Amino acid sequence: MAQITLKNLAHSYYPNATKESDFALKQMDHVWKDGGAYALLGSSGCGKTTLLNIISGLLRPSQGRVLFGDRDVTDAETSERNIAQVFQFPVVYDTMTVRDNLAFPLRNRGMDPKYIAERVQAIAQMIGMEDRLSRKAQGLTADAKQKISLGRGMVREDVNAILFDEPLTVIDPHMKWELRTQLKKLHRDFGHTMIYVTHDQTEALTFADKVVVMYDGRVVQMGTPEELFETPAHTFVGYFIGSPGMNLFNAKIEGNRAHLQGASVSLGAAYGPLSGRTQIGIRPEYVTLSRGEGLPCRIRRVEDVGRHRLIRAEVAGQPISIVAPEGMEIGADLTHAAFAPGKINVYADDWRVTGGAA
Amino acid sequence: MIKTQNNKAWFLVLPVLVVVAFSAVLPLMTVVNYALNDTFGNNKFFWVGLEWFEEMVTSSRLHDALGRQILFSAIILTIQVPLGIYIALNMPKKGFWASFCLVLMSLPLLIPFNVVGTIWQIFGRVDIGLLGHTLGALGIDYNYTNDPFDAWMTVIVMDVWHWTSLVALLAYAGLQSIPQAYYQAAKIDQASRWAVFRYIELPKMQGVLLIAILLRFMDSFMIYTEPFVVTGGGPGNSTTFLSIDLVKMAIGQFDLGPAAAFSLMYFLVILLVSWVFFTVMTNLDRQESK
Repeated sequence: MAQITLKNLAHSYYPNATKESDFALKQMDHVWKDGGAYALLGSSGCGKTTLLNIISGLLRPSQGRVLFGDRDVTDAETSERNIAQVFQFPVVYDTMTVRDNLAFPLRNRGMDPKYIAERVQAIAQMIGMEDRLSRKAQGLTADAKQKISLGRGMVREDVNAILFDEPLTVIDPHMKWELRTQLKKLHRDFGHTMIYVTHDQTEALTFADKVVVMYDGRVVQMGTPEELFETPAHTFVGYFIGSPGMNLFNAKIEGNRAHLQGASVSLGAAYGPLSGRTQIGIRPEYVTLSRGEGLPCRIRRVEDVGRHRLIRAEVAGQPISIVAPEGMEIGADLTHAAFAPGKINVYADDWRVTGGAA
Repeated sequence: MIKTQNNKAWFLVLPVLVVVAFSAVLPLMTVVNYALNDTFGNNKFFWVGLEWFEEMVTSSRLHDALGRQILFSAIILTIQVPLGIYIALNMPKKGFWASFCLVLMSLPLLIPFNVVGTIWQIFGRVDIGLLGHTLGALGIDYNYTNDPFDAWMTVIVMDVWHWTSLVALLAYAGLQSIPQAYYQAAKIDQASRWAVFRYIELPKMQGVLLIAILLRFMDSFMIYTEPFVVTGGGPGNSTTFLSIDLVKMAIGQFDLGPAAAFSLMYFLVILLVSWVFFTVMTNLDRQESK
C-alpha cells in the first residue's frame, strides 16, 4: 500500500494536443493519501474515468508522472502496479464458474490453492453468492454479474488501491445500499486506498471521507462533505452538491455588500475589488422566507418533497430555491427572503473568493 | 378463451406455397421420380423401388468419393478455422489499416468460383504458371496434373486462399463486439495472453465461429467448380469429390436413376449436419439467455 501522487499530470486523447480544450484531463497535481476513502464526483465526461485509468495504468498520461509512494510507475504495466479496478458494466468470464471467476486474479498470481479457497469463500459471503459458487457465470442477472466483478476487485488483500468506476449503476437500489455498506466495512477492516467514481452525490457522500469534485477535466475541490456543502470552491460544486443546488446571483461586489438588481445584501465579510463575472451563492437551506426582512421575493411554486418543502421563487429578477421546514404556513404575507449571514459565498469567474474581516 | 377460427388466413400463405412448390418441391419430386424408376427413353418409366439406392449404398465408387469428400472437408476446417481466428486476432482494430485489411480480405470472396479455379489452374501450371514454374525451378517436383498429392495440395491451398477470409471476417466481427472493459479487467486480473483468448475472446466468438464452421462445412462438402476447373477430378479419380462424381454420373454417363438416388442421399447428409448445427446453436443461445 502506498500514497498515490499525481505530478503535473495531464492527458489528451489526441496525439498532438496543443489547445487546452484538447485535453480530457487538464494539468493537475494531486495526492491520494494511503488508506483514504475517496469519492470522485462529477458529471459525465469530466475526466473521472480517464483519471482512474491513468492511476491503474490502463492509460499512459500524455504528460506528468504517477508515483506510488516514492516509486515512479508512469511507465509501469497495470500488473506491476497491483491495483484492483471495478468497471461500470459487469465484466465476468462467462465460461467459468462463479468460484473460478473470483479465484482468477489470485490464480494468475500463483497463490497457494488453500489460501485461494479461503479468500473466495470469504468474498462469496460478502457479496451473498455462497450458494451459487459452482454455477456458471453465464446467464446470471446483471446485478449478480456486477457483484462478481466487485468480488474480483476485492479478492486480493495486498493491492495498492481499489478503484471503482461507477460500480453500482446496474444494481438495484436496496442492494446498492447493502453493497455500499460492505465496501465501507471492507475499507475499515483492511484500510485499502479506495477511489470511488460516481456521479451520484448521495453515493459519494455516504462512501467517502474525502470527496473530490471534478469539472471539465479539472479537480475543482477536494474536501469533506461538509466543506463541499458550506464553502464550494467553484460554482459547479455549489450546483452539483446539494438538492437542489446552490442559488447563484449575478451581483456587483463592493466591500462587504453585494448589489443585486435593485437590492443589496450584507456579505458578512469584506472583499477587495474583483474582476470578471461576479456572483454570490447561497444554499436553499440558508434562505428563510419572512414578512419584511431581507430582499423582496415573489413565490412561484411550492413543492412538497417529504421532509421539507421546496419553494421556487424569484428574487431581484432571478430564480431562487428555498427550503422551508414542513408545517410552516406559506401565505401571501411572506414577501421577503432573508439570507443567513456568513453563509453567502462570493465567486469571481466561477471560483470562490475568500473575504477579509468585515 | 374462445378463439375465432378464420381459415381464410390460409389464403395469405398461398402465394408462398405456390412459389416454393414450383421452385423447390416439384423439381425435387422429379429427382425422387428418377430415383425410383428406370427409363430407356421416350418418357417410359419402369418402377424399380429402392434398387438404385441399394446400388449406391454399396457402390465402392461412391464410398471412395465420400471418403475423399470427408477428408477434404476435415482438412479444410482444420486449416481455415484456426488460421482465420489467428488472422482476425492480428488484424488492426481501427484506422486506415483496419479498412485496408477488410477490403483485402474480402477480395477473394468476391471472385467467381470458376475464375478462382482458372487463376489457380494457370498459377500452378509447370510450363507458364508462376507457382508451378517457380517450384520446378527450385528443384521441387511439382505437377498437379499427374501427381495426386500435388493435386490435393493445389486444391486445398486454393480453397484456403479463397475461403479463409470468410472465417477471418466473421471472427473479426466477433472480436470487435467485445467491450474494451473486458480487456481492461483482464489486465487488472493479470491474465496471460492465452487466458484472454481462452476466457474472453473464444467464448465471445463462439456464436460466429459456429456459423463460420457450418458455412465452411457445407460449402466444402458441396464443392464442385474450383477443383473441376483445376484438376477435373484427376489425376485418375484422386480429386473426384461427391459433386464432381455426381455430375459425371448424371450428365457424363447419363445414369439418371443412380445419380438421382445419390443426390437425394447427398442432400439428406447436408440436411442432417445442418440440423445438428442448428440444434447446437439454439441450445447455446438458450443457455446464454437463461
